[in-house]
Amino acid sequence: MSATPLLEVRNLTKHFPIRTGLLQRVTGAVKAVDGVSFDVHAGETLALVGESGCGKTTTGRSILRLIEPTSGTVRFDGTDVLALRGETLRRMRRRMQIIFQDPYGSLNPRMTVGAAIREGLIVHGLAEGSAADRRVATLLDEVGLRPEYAARYPHEFSGGQRQRIGIARALAVEPSFIVCDEPVSALDVSVQAQVVNLLRDLQRERGLSYLFIAHDLAVVAHMADRVAVMYLGRIVELAPRRTIFSTPLMPYTQALLSAVPVPDPTAKRQRILLPGDPPSPANPPSGCVFHPRCPNPLKDAECTRVVPPLEEKSRGHFVACIKQPLLHPSSHAS
Amino acid sequence: MTISATRDSTTAPDRPLLDVHALKIAFPSEHGVARAVDGVSFTVSRGESVCVVGESGCGKSLTALSLLRLVPPPGRIESGSRITFDGADILTLDDERLRDIRGQHMAMIFQEPMTALNPVLTVGDQIAEVLRVHTTLSRQETWARTVDMLAQVGIADAGARAKQYPHELSGGMRQRVMIAMALIMSPKLVIADEPTTALDVTIQAQILELLRDLRARTGMALLLITHDLGVVAEMASRVIVMYAGRVVEEADVEDLFAAPSHPYTEGLLAAIPKLGQEEERLQTISGSVPPPTALPSGCTFRDRCPYAFARCATEEPALLQVGSAHRARCHLVEEPARRAVRHDVVRT
Repeated sequence: MSATPLLEVRNLTKHFPIRTGLLQRVTGAVKAVDGVSFDVHAGETLALVGESGCGKTTTGRSILRLIEPTSGTVRFDGTDVLALRGETLRRMRRRMQIIFQDPYGSLNPRMTVGAAIREGLIVHGLAEGSAADRRVATLLDEVGLRPEYAARYPHEFSGGQRQRIGIARALAVEPSFIVCDEPVSALDVSVQAQVVNLLRDLQRERGLSYLFIAHDLAVVAHMADRVAVMYLGRIVELAPRRTIFSTPLMPYTQALLSAVPVPDPTAKRQRILLPGDPPSPANPPSGCVFHPRCPNPLKDAECTRVVPPLEEKSRGHFVACIKQPLLHPSSHAS
Repeated sequence: MTISATRDSTTAPDRPLLDVHALKIAFPSEHGVARAVDGVSFTVSRGESVCVVGESGCGKSLTALSLLRLVPPPGRIESGSRITFDGADILTLDDERLRDIRGQHMAMIFQEPMTALNPVLTVGDQIAEVLRVHTTLSRQETWARTVDMLAQVGIADAGARAKQYPHELSGGMRQRVMIAMALIMSPKLVIADEPTTALDVTIQAQILELLRDLRARTGMALLLITHDLGVVAEMASRVIVMYAGRVVEEADVEDLFAAPSHPYTEGLLAAIPKLGQEEERLQTISGSVPPPTALPSGCTFRDRCPYAFARCATEEPALLQVGSAHRARCHLVEEPARRAVRHDVVRT
């Protein structure tokens, strides 16, 4: 992990204005993403996990500029993505793709599957005519579908097959980085496993980097190299996969992991039940956003005042908690 | 509750609380009649916690809806089906007696409380409504019981919350309201259809804990419909696995997880990603669930089954006894040696 990262995100912020009254004056902001920083290295999968409303999806879309971020920087392979306009942005998009949770919602129902996959090839001038047809057939085969499916329409496919089509479409333009936004959440268990394996195989074959957005921690445990946990617009913990699952340091991460139902009736549950619901990102708590629900016995008034920075507490393990001692202070950040 | 039903149940205490027999539910479709539920039989005893597990389209939710005669048209329960609850024959009851049972003795919790709750009534009014229909309590008593029930399901400041509308509450709190509404009459059976699927994992943990706690306190029976084997492991004493409209396996929870007998159950258990077991590849079940109008001949799982042999294509297996409380719909029960031959299923 010493080389320059493929993707560098620094202080990414997205505030959605709240407008009220007859004049629709801006009276506040929903801080959906509030100062998020992380790297994704070539060939790596970074998982972004958290519960609904934590800002993980907004983060993913802001990086691709499907949503314009409020501030921050995004560097992809040395290029400042947020400064790109028009043609240069379009060219960059060829290298950064997205796979959505609901492939049905993202496929045009009146377009054959072949046409949907071809579109990217044509737009980016990668292939045309019979060469494009051959490319579509190869892509379908690579995602485990029959090449003759190119002539069919999205509604003729099952959820798992549609997700494969979504993957083929993203791969058509030969990206090096893909935002996978809850790609298996809508799928049944038996099909989910097929798609998880497919994503892993494609990554290995093509050296892809993934930002894998998910709420299912067990899926993340199979996909990710490193995991970033988000809560209320911030990253509260970031560590290599093994570390986060074996020694989570943030009380929120601990609670999140302990809440996952274990498919073993003989397992002993040691569950940390958090009180209440996550607060609204329109009105986040002062200081540490997690402090009202935090079960840490060391919690005190300082937690309500100080916004905890995401610090490297031991090598590669970043934690946003002022009550967590530095284990192995490291000279360099991120 | 009407007298005959109560009398039946008191004279036969060993009889299960709920007895579903040969349930068939059909939907007309452009490809002919689709039998979404085909010959489902199971029982739930008093105080028992039973989970029905399966993937989308397996018929688990329709089965749950049929118990209260809520199958949406044009679906219909076919003749020959029988549902007996606490001695009453649900499918032949008149509307008045059915209303008596619904809400009072058998209640349902749905997946999405926002669509199940009335948006223009306060949550307190909606719970109080149940008491107004089924009891003769005074207004004050009704409201006091309502607020008390909201407090019992873990809603802080219940008096104030009762006066709020569903949109003012979080998803987890709305699900607590649904549970309060279901439990206000102390029903003998609560049917919960994917009650935590729409919730975040930390909120799911709260709701499952609440259901477990309420069951222990009230002695109610719970029939929980879910696709999540993690939830099954935590909630069930007995499990019914459904596939393509049929019960394919039934067992006590420890048995099912330790020694699944049907290849579908085995495949499902192997396919779930598990924390702490981050092996490189997940096991998969090839293909996907066939639509009810295009089921294969013989065993409905055979074209996804790694053990399928000639007999599976010609003869649908019966639900065969594996152990005293363990049954599986698979020819392997009779021909266990065939399990040694595992072959890859052709990709579709």
